[in-house]
Parts: sequence; structure tokens; C-alpha cells
Amino acid sequence: MNKTVFSVQNLTKIYDMGEVQVHALRGVDMELYEGEMVVLLGPSGSGKSTLLNILGGLDTATDGIVSYRGKELTRATDQELTEYRRYHVGFVFQFYNLIPSLTAWENVAVVTEIADHPMAPEKALAMVDLSDRKDHFPSQLSGGEQQRVAIARAISKNPEVLLCDEPTGALDFKTGILVLEALDRVNRELGTATVIITHNADIAAMADRVISLRNGIIADVNVNEKKKPPSELRW
Amino acid sequence: MPMTPLNTKLTRDLWRMKGQVLAIVIVILCGIATFIMFMSNMDSLTITRDKFYREYVFADVFANLKRAPESIKERIAAIPGVALVETRITAGVKLAVPRFEEPVTAQIISLPDNGKPLINKVFIRKGRLPDAEKDDEVMVGDTFAEAHGFALGDRFGAVINGKWKQLTIVGVGLSPEYVLQLRPGAISPDYKRYGILWMTKSTLATAYDMKGAFNDVVLTCAPHANENDIIRQLDNILDRYGSFGSYDRNDQMSHRFLNEEFRGLENFSFIFPTIFIAVAAFLLNVVISRTVNTQREQVAVLKAFGYGNIKIGWHYFKFVLVIVLLGIAGGTALGAWLGKLLGDLYMEFYRFPYLIFRLDIKIFFAAVVISLAAALAGTIQSIRAAAKLPPAEAMRPEQPAKYRKAFFERIGLARFLSQPARIIARNLQRKPLRTLLSIIGIAFACATMISSGFFKDAVDYMVHVQFSLAQREDMKVTFIEPTSHNAVYALKGVRGIEHAEGYRSVPARLRFGHRSYKTAIEGIERGSTLQYILDENLKPIYIPPSGIVLTDYLAEYLGIGPGDMLTVEVLEGERPVRQVPVVALAKQYMGLMGYMDTAALNHLMREGNAISGVSVVVDPLYKKDIYKKLIQMPRVAGAVVIKDEIRSFYDTQAEAMLIFTFIATLMAGAITFGVVYNSARIALSERSRELSSLRVLGYTRGEISYILLGELALITLAAIPVGFLIGRVLCIYIARMAASDIFRIPVVIEPATYSLAAAVVVASAAISGLIVRHRLDHLDLIEVLKARE
Repeated sequence: MNKTVFSVQNLTKIYDMGEVQVHALRGVDMELYEGEMVVLLGPSGSGKSTLLNILGGLDTATDGIVSYRGKELTRATDQELTEYRRYHVGFVFQFYNLIPSLTAWENVAVVTEIADHPMAPEKALAMVDLSDRKDHFPSQLSGGEQQRVAIARAISKNPEVLLCDEPTGALDFKTGILVLEALDRVNRELGTATVIITHNADIAAMADRVISLRNGIIADVNVNEKKKPPSELRW
Repeated sequence: MPMTPLNTKLTRDLWRMKGQVLAIVIVILCGIATFIMFMSNMDSLTITRDKFYREYVFADVFANLKRAPESIKERIAAIPGVALVETRITAGVKLAVPRFEEPVTAQIISLPDNGKPLINKVFIRKGRLPDAEKDDEVMVGDTFAEAHGFALGDRFGAVINGKWKQLTIVGVGLSPEYVLQLRPGAISPDYKRYGILWMTKSTLATAYDMKGAFNDVVLTCAPHANENDIIRQLDNILDRYGSFGSYDRNDQMSHRFLNEEFRGLENFSFIFPTIFIAVAAFLLNVVISRTVNTQREQVAVLKAFGYGNIKIGWHYFKFVLVIVLLGIAGGTALGAWLGKLLGDLYMEFYRFPYLIFRLDIKIFFAAVVISLAAALAGTIQSIRAAAKLPPAEAMRPEQPAKYRKAFFERIGLARFLSQPARIIARNLQRKPLRTLLSIIGIAFACATMISSGFFKDAVDYMVHVQFSLAQREDMKVTFIEPTSHNAVYALKGVRGIEHAEGYRSVPARLRFGHRSYKTAIEGIERGSTLQYILDENLKPIYIPPSGIVLTDYLAEYLGIGPGDMLTVEVLEGERPVRQVPVVALAKQYMGLMGYMDTAALNHLMREGNAISGVSVVVDPLYKKDIYKKLIQMPRVAGAVVIKDEIRSFYDTQAEAMLIFTFIATLMAGAITFGVVYNSARIALSERSRELSSLRVLGYTRGEISYILLGELALITLAAIPVGFLIGRVLCIYIARMAASDIFRIPVVIEPATYSLAAAVVVASAAISGLIVRHRLDHLDLIEVLKARE
């Protein structure tokens, strides 16, 4: 059995919206193991983004426990969460969130400069096949290229876990596949545990495990006996 | 304003941006307040002065003379254009004030025995006019009475024409002739050591042996009369009675200083409001263009629902209007209050019976028009852009920001920069105009501070040059009339007087070509160690045995230079007219003078070795004894202790300086805060997504603050040297504007003034930085990841 990266027990998140309370998560239990690729599947409002945000140390839980390598994130201070994000987690966002004033190379360097054991930005860009675009600014790159820069940035610190929030959500099918191939390659070659959240069920086929969320609870967990390579995905 | 949906949006937008709105309101408020303060003050003082002049019949023409029979008065009254004539007896006297052991001098002016002067009437603050039957009654000027705490019935001693006399105060008053009570030749009013006294004409006539005669005449002119003609004819009449030359109001000291003050107020009411209003226009420009940009989608939706261009444009214009109107309202209130405060401060120097404070509606409207015009000029482009935005285009998000490598990166310095440093550099470079204007805005704040501190520096420097380098005596003793040089030896014999040198002072009109100037020529002893005439490098000038040295500003005024022949019309004694070569120009910040070797001046006057007074160095131990001796010496008209004069100068200026510095500090702080806070908020709104992303990537709060605040720190630091430069230029401009024959302000700015200006700018920038830092600490990391910009 692989070692556990995340252990989630009875995770509850309630958003207090003044007069109404929104139950985003209603007692989620799950684990994530080293080297694993998990797809979190669910429609809008199912709680998948909330779960990812809490795993990533961006949000706090109302109740329950999230442990990362045995350390409770749910009890970490703001400073500890910042350090956790800085040294252990890589993020990929739906809208890339690159720094517009920095080139591709510099957008990666922005992370490697503050990380403990980073890879060279060149190497990270090579892994996503963008070596020849390293001096371009975000405004000079296509959406797919920007997202691959974001992946290079996320993996460049050699994180133990990669959290991807709708990484293909803003992309067309062809560029979406290129991005998923990059994520798949990182997962295989670096063994980085990867969580991808999506509402696109077709992407699930590339995961080791698929966790379906509905109304803030886990509705279903599927283990893919035979993963498909991203190039074979269709939607 | 009806609460239409757009107005509701406006109110909420304003409320949401309250910090920025407030910052701009404060800058506009400062601009309006300074404008209204200076303008209303000038307006009020002008009205007050004019009313006082009119009601108390201020003279138009003045003349002093030796002595003329009263019968001449009719000839003077017969000069065409003369309305009223008053003949008077005036004299300088020494006083002995109880419990005040320093030399005090005063000017006594006669009042008609019936107590009703036709011209230069006296406003009675307290008590009554002196009674002609009683020769010891005196009315004193209000500043003098206040300074010594005199009550009616108090007595003090006076040496009148060499005779000791006890005088009793029966009244306290003031006159349009002495709105500013300044001892001739003094640099600042000294209420304790110089006073104005009024006594009846018959009393003074007896004392000065002037029965049926006068030595001073004032007159008023009929409307449209030619003053120059009157002065010429008056001079013709009075010439053989030892006239010192007639002059109009422009040469009357009190009136003269008041006019200079108005000129200064007028300049300031132009300079400072211009700075504030320009900065406000820039801030409005930045805020409105940013608001329109972030509200593109809202504009599109409104247009899609059928709102027209004009409605959209008007909506954003109202945004500007509300800010400007708030600024005007606050600025008017503050300006009126400061104007009154300044008016009261002026009343310390310029004595009117009352201050009619008025805020002219025209000034108010001028403020409204100026600030609205500037605001509109700053924002019209953005408002038009919003109004003209096609709905479909507005729906699309703004084009992604385009960046390029900064200049110094392209020349190979990139490797020295961390990624956050590159972000700072490229952001500064991406909007060069905005960066530049921010720098200039803050620089003006710095310059405002410097221009206020500069006055103190300039005054310190003037005092240093005048009283440490040029005049080195402790005390200046003046005689009633020119006296033999032997008087120097008499004074040298007084115990405690360590050194004495005679000087000669001759009133004269200096003429070159068609220009002339009435002043005095001072004769300086050869080898004098007490009085130095300085060149522009502050090195002593050697005064040759013949020829005259002129103050540089006087030479410029007359259009004369070394080598030219100056016509000297002496206004004393035989009143000779002579040609004297100009031999050198002297640097001098106060007054306009001519200097000659005493012997040469005596020769020019065709007199023996006469002197007008003596400069002395005294042993401080014997100061009081010396004062007592001097009061008793009949030929001594008075004595001035230089140190007292400087101290009094600083005392009278101190409060005004403090208030000006305080106001300037507040205003510089307001500008800096306005510019830095607005830049910070806009940078934050433009880049909160980027900064949140960095936070998500593991950057600490401190690290992202560095990116945003580092940019502002760079702008602020860049602004400081620019501010020093602008400050200096502003000071040069102010000095040039303020230059007159009374004062030339040297452009001297001490390091401490620069430091204080920089400190105020840095502190206000730091405060706005801290407020923004607080917001950075509360960035919503999740919210910002969800939305596309």
C-alpha cells in the first residue's frame, strides 16, 4: 500500500452568508496516496472547489480534520499554511493566474526563487514542452500555453502534491488534451500526487481513482483498473 | 438628486471607494481652502483698510521740513487739486518707561488744539484726546500701550526737545497713518521699543519753539487731481523751509508695507491653490479612468438596456461633481476659518480699529469654477470613453496588460533583479505617464514644505548677513541733528563703551536718467570695523575716498552701473545737487542705500567733519548704565540695540512662522497622502489578482507587500529629489515675486528644511502604505482565483 499524503475525516464547511448558511461540505472522508492521480468529479456547487481549497491551505474547515503527512492542516496557523503552500503544494488554476509582467521563464522563477529544492525553470518548461517560448510574456501566449506555463510553475518546486482546479475549463478540446498530457507526464515521471477537479466526466478516465462529489458529500469512489492516456480522451 | 438606479449606483460606488474619494476631497479642500484663505484675507484687509482710510481721512501727500510759518498753509491749500491741508509738528523723542530699562523711542505727532484733525484722524480705542489746556497729556498708540500694559492715567518720562517731562496717558488710539508702526530703518515692528504718541499742537509748539510754525504737512487731493503736479508745487513752496522732499502714499511706510503684504497674498493665492488643484485633477483622472475600466461590463449592460451616451457620461461626471463639491464645501469652510485666523494674525502687525471679514461670493464662485474646470479637464477623456463605449465591446474584458522588459533589463542588469523586483520595474514602466505624474504630484508636496521652511532660512540668512557680517555694532546711537565728530570721543568716554565710530546719514534723492529713488546716503568712517559693505560674495568692499557704492537692487532699479555718474539731490541743509560716480555695487537684502566715505560725504555736503550718529560696542555689564546716560544726553535722539531688534523681529515673526509651517505641513501631508494612497489603491485594484496568486503560491504577506509598496516607495523616493528641485524653483519664484526695495529675499534653503520636507513626505507615504498594507493582509485568496479578470 502507498503512503498517505492527505487524510480527510468528517470534513465540514459551512459558509455563513448572513441570513442563510450554505453547507458546502457535509462530512467528507477521503485519503490521497503518494504518486496517485485522483480526479474529483462533480457538478457546480458540489463542494469540490471547497475541498480543494482546504486541501491547498487556502480555506479553513468548519469541522473535521485534514492531515497532510500526519500534520493537521485544520489546526495550522496562517503562517504555517503559507509555508505549506510555499514548500509542498503546486497549484494550477482554471484561469492560469500568471503574473502578466513576467515572462514564462520568470513566472516559473517566481516560485523557484522561494522554494527549498526547486528544479531549474528551464527543466520545468521543458517538461511542458515550452522551452522555445520561455521569453514570452503571458499576453504573447495562447491559453493552452499559459496553462502549461502554470503547470511548469506548479511543478518547479518539486511539490509533493499538485492541486488543479478545472485546468482545462477555459480551453478548447485540443489544447485541453495538451495540458492533461503535461499533467499526466509530471505524475508519471516525478511521481507527484495529483488532484484534478473537473465537472468533465470524460477526464476521469485518465485517473487512478475518481471521487464523485454531490451536495457536499462523497457520492461514489471509482478505481480505474486501466487508465487511459490523455491522448485517447474524447469530449 | 432623485434616487434613480444610476444615482443609487453612484452613491454606493462613492461609498465603496470612500478612502480614495476622501483623499481627493482633502486635496481639493486644501486647494480651495488656501485660495479662499488668501483671497478672503486680502479682500477683507483691503476693505478694512479702505474703510479706515476713508473714514479717518488718510492723507495723499506728506512732507517733513525744518520749520515753516503757519502762513504758508494758505499757499499750500491754494495748489490746484489740493482738498484738505493739515500742518503739524512732529518729532522723535526718547522715553523712559517705568520698569523697562532699555532705550525706547517714539514719534510724537501733534493734534489740533480743538482735538479734531481734518486728516489722519485718530481712532480712539480707549480714553480721550489730550486736552490743550494740560501740557502733560498724551495719547499713545495701541500696540505700544499693549506691549507695556499701560492703563489710562499711567505715566512715563519723555525727553522733549532736550527737556525731561512726565507725561500722563489719557487715551489709546490708532491712525491710518500708522497701521504698521515701524521705526524708520527698522526691520520689524518693535512694540516695546518704539511707539506713536499724540499731543496737542500748542503743547508741542511750546516745547519745540514752533509757535505759529509747523514742521510737517499732510494733505489730501481732490478726485482726479494730478498728485505729481501737487508734489512738485509743494516742493517748490517748501524748498526754502528745509523740506526733506514731499512724497505720496507709495513712499509712506505703513501704506507701503501693507501694499507689499497684499502683493504677497496675491502671489500665494495663485501659487498654492494651483498646485493643489492640479494634483487633484491628476488624482481624479487616475481614479475615474480606473473606475470606468473596471465598470466596462456594467456600462455595457446599461447600454444594452437602452441608457444613452449622455446619461452614462453624466453619471460619471456626477461622480466627479460630488467629489469636487465636497472639496469646495469643506474648503470654503476651512478657508473662511483660516482666512479669519490669518486676518487676526495680520491684525497683530497691521492695526485697524476692527477687521471687516468678508468672503466675497465672487471669490467663492471663482473657486468653484476653477476647481470644476480643472476636474473636468482631468477626467473628460475617461468620461467620454465611457460614454462612447460600444456595448458589445464593453462586454468583452479589457485587453490583457501588455508588458515588456524594463530599460535596465535590456541593457543586461536583469540578473541582479529578483522576480518581485522585476514586477515592480515593469509596472512602473508600463504606465510611464502615470508614474511620472505621481512623482511630480508628490514632488510638489515636498516643494510646498520647502517653500514654507524657506522663509525661516532666508530670514535667518538675512539677519546673519545684516547683523553679523555687515553691521557689527551692539548699539546704534542717533543724534537729533548732524553733530561734530568730536561727539565720538564724548561717547568713548562713557564707561562700558568699548569702541565707537561715527557715521553720517544724509537723506537724498538719487537720480539717473529718468529714474529716481528717495533714500539716504550713509557715510562710513575709513577703516571702519563696525560697518562693512559687502559684495555679492559677502566680502567687504573697500569704499574709495570718492564715489558712491550702491545697493545692487537700487542700481538695477535706476539702470546704473559702476562708472556711471549718479545725480545726488540732497534733501537736507543746503540741499546741494551733485554728480557722483558709482564705484561699486553692494549686496544687501534690506533697504536701498548709497554708501560713501564719511569724508567724501562731508565734502559733498560742503560741511566739516559732521556725523549723524555713532555705532558703539558695549560691555554687556554696563548696558543699563549706558541706556540711562543716553537718555540724559540732549543731542541723542535715540538708540537701538541690535540684539533687541533681532529678538523682537523673531518674536513678532515666530507665531506667524509657526502657523505657516503648520499649515504647509498639513497641506504637504495631504498631497502626499492623496497621491500615494490613491496610487496604492489603484495598484491594489489592478493587481489584487496577481498578488493573491502569489500568496497562493506561497508568498508571505510581507513579500507581496514588498511588490506593491516597493513600487510606491520607489515613486516616493524618486519624488523627493524632484521635489527638492521644484521646491528650489518655487522659492526662486517666490523670492523674485516678493523682491521690493524693502526686502530682497535670498534663496537660501538649509539642509534641515530639505530634511523636514523629505521626512513629511516619507511619513505621509508611510501612513498611506500602512493603510493599504492592512488591505493586503485581508486579500480574499479564493475569490480572486475564481474570476477571470
